[in-house]
Amino acid sequence: MLVWSRPSRIVLWVLFALIFGVLFLAPLAVILLSSLADQWNGVLPNGLTTEHYTDVVRGAAWNSVKASLITGFLASALALVSGTWAALSLRLQGPALKRLLGLLFFIPSAVPSVSVGLGLLVAFSHPPLLLNGTIAIVMIAHFVLISAFTFGNVSAGLARLSPDFEQVASSLGARPAYRLWHVTLPLLAPYLVAAFGLSFALSMGNSAPPSWSIRRAG
Amino acid sequence: MSEAVALRAPAIRREPGKFWIVPPVALLALLFFYPLALITRQAFLDDSGVANAAEIFRVLHSRFFLNALINTVTISVTATAGCLIVGLVLALILAFVPFPGSGFIARLIDTFIALPTFLVTLAFTFLYGSAGMLNAGLMETFSLPLPPVDFLYSTWGVVLAEVTVYTPFILRPLLAAFSLVDRGQIEAASLLGARPFRIVRQVILPAAIPALIAGGSLCLLLTVNEFGIVLFIGAKGVITLPLLIYGKAIQESAYQVACIIAVVNIALSLGLFGLYRFAAGRLGV
Repeated sequence: MLVWSRPSRIVLWVLFALIFGVLFLAPLAVILLSSLADQWNGVLPNGLTTEHYTDVVRGAAWNSVKASLITGFLASALALVSGTWAALSLRLQGPALKRLLGLLFFIPSAVPSVSVGLGLLVAFSHPPLLLNGTIAIVMIAHFVLISAFTFGNVSAGLARLSPDFEQVASSLGARPAYRLWHVTLPLLAPYLVAAFGLSFALSMGNSAPPSWSIRRAG
Repeated sequence: MSEAVALRAPAIRREPGKFWIVPPVALLALLFFYPLALITRQAFLDDSGVANAAEIFRVLHSRFFLNALINTVTISVTATAGCLIVGLVLALILAFVPFPGSGFIARLIDTFIALPTFLVTLAFTFLYGSAGMLNAGLMETFSLPLPPVDFLYSTWGVVLAEVTVYTPFILRPLLAAFSLVDRGQIEAASLLGARPFRIVRQVILPAAIPALIAGGSLCLLLTVNEFGIVLFIGAKGVITLPLLIYGKAIQESAYQVACIIAVVNIALSLGLFGLYRFAAGRLGV
């Protein structure tokens, strides 16, 4: 406890409540409220309804929800496979190459998403890879934007694993594929689930740039 | 003889494993570095493959580019400073003056990392926009003819939304650093008569510096690249580099201009990324 007197603690808590309320609580509450609002003309909604939620699971709205869920899911799955693959195979490289490739895998997270979208439009708007206006280019954009985060999460998990398990399995005669499937991946499972969850959330949140790359056809 | 075999054996066993790196690297090269190289090519060369310095010079000296550059730097520096101050104040209270439920509140703030940035902007429009709850409430209460609160559709609106979205990136490492601070030290300093402000300055802050530098440079990188918030605030005067790239490419179909600006934006981001990696690596965050 840093502050002992009760009045000054209360002053600090009020300060906290003020910052937290304006910056975090109010936006969250208003998102929730507007999703339930029936009609909203005054300060507060005139009535509450769950109609918007039933709308979401029906008709045109459901189609767009479905499309974004599917692209997000596929992009996250691809990012998980390639990120795990990259992190695992990076361990087999020499130190210099390891450092360089590790950096290269992180760079997509540093490049503005708009530039990623622009690059994909420039690259895949003409044969042999004509993907412009397809769902594939949206998925690729999602994949590129989240791949660094998946790679980072899996490598961090891998660094925390004790090498003992793999060495014991190896000394007992387990072949590399068996070791990977029965020792390393199960130990890595919590990190893989976390990485997938984060990618999926980021993919849902980062929908603006990928979705405009589909708008421009031709 | 047997020693030579033993020495060579690991090298032979490692050899095939080295090539497993090829598929993910190829995927990254095709989907990320190839498009990036094409952007750079289109920025520096014209359609016939000749370098056109005149066009680059024209874009880099144009008013719209310089304005966007100044806006980007101003907004990201201001927002990062805001994140650092808000994050530090919140983290100090959460860690050292805890209240019932403070752990849950910290988690709740964490969820903003996963929230779509434009959703936060949308919420701010509902709250502080010209027809938002705050203005509607004030106009109704004081029967005002015009909305009194008018900051959202300006640089300040963007900065406020960015502070909300990116403060968790400061708060999280700060709380981790604070959990390692020895409570005995704080109590000893307190018993010796040090005022809280002095304890913060001399005991707590030195422990927080690495987290502040790493978190701050990450915030700087993310705010320079921010697109959703600026797009959704939609203020006419607030054009940043990402928004300018979007406008030139999608609305005006001026791909070469967009590519030139994109190269500048990417260079700026990679510089900040290098700074972040350097700070994080150096400070062990």
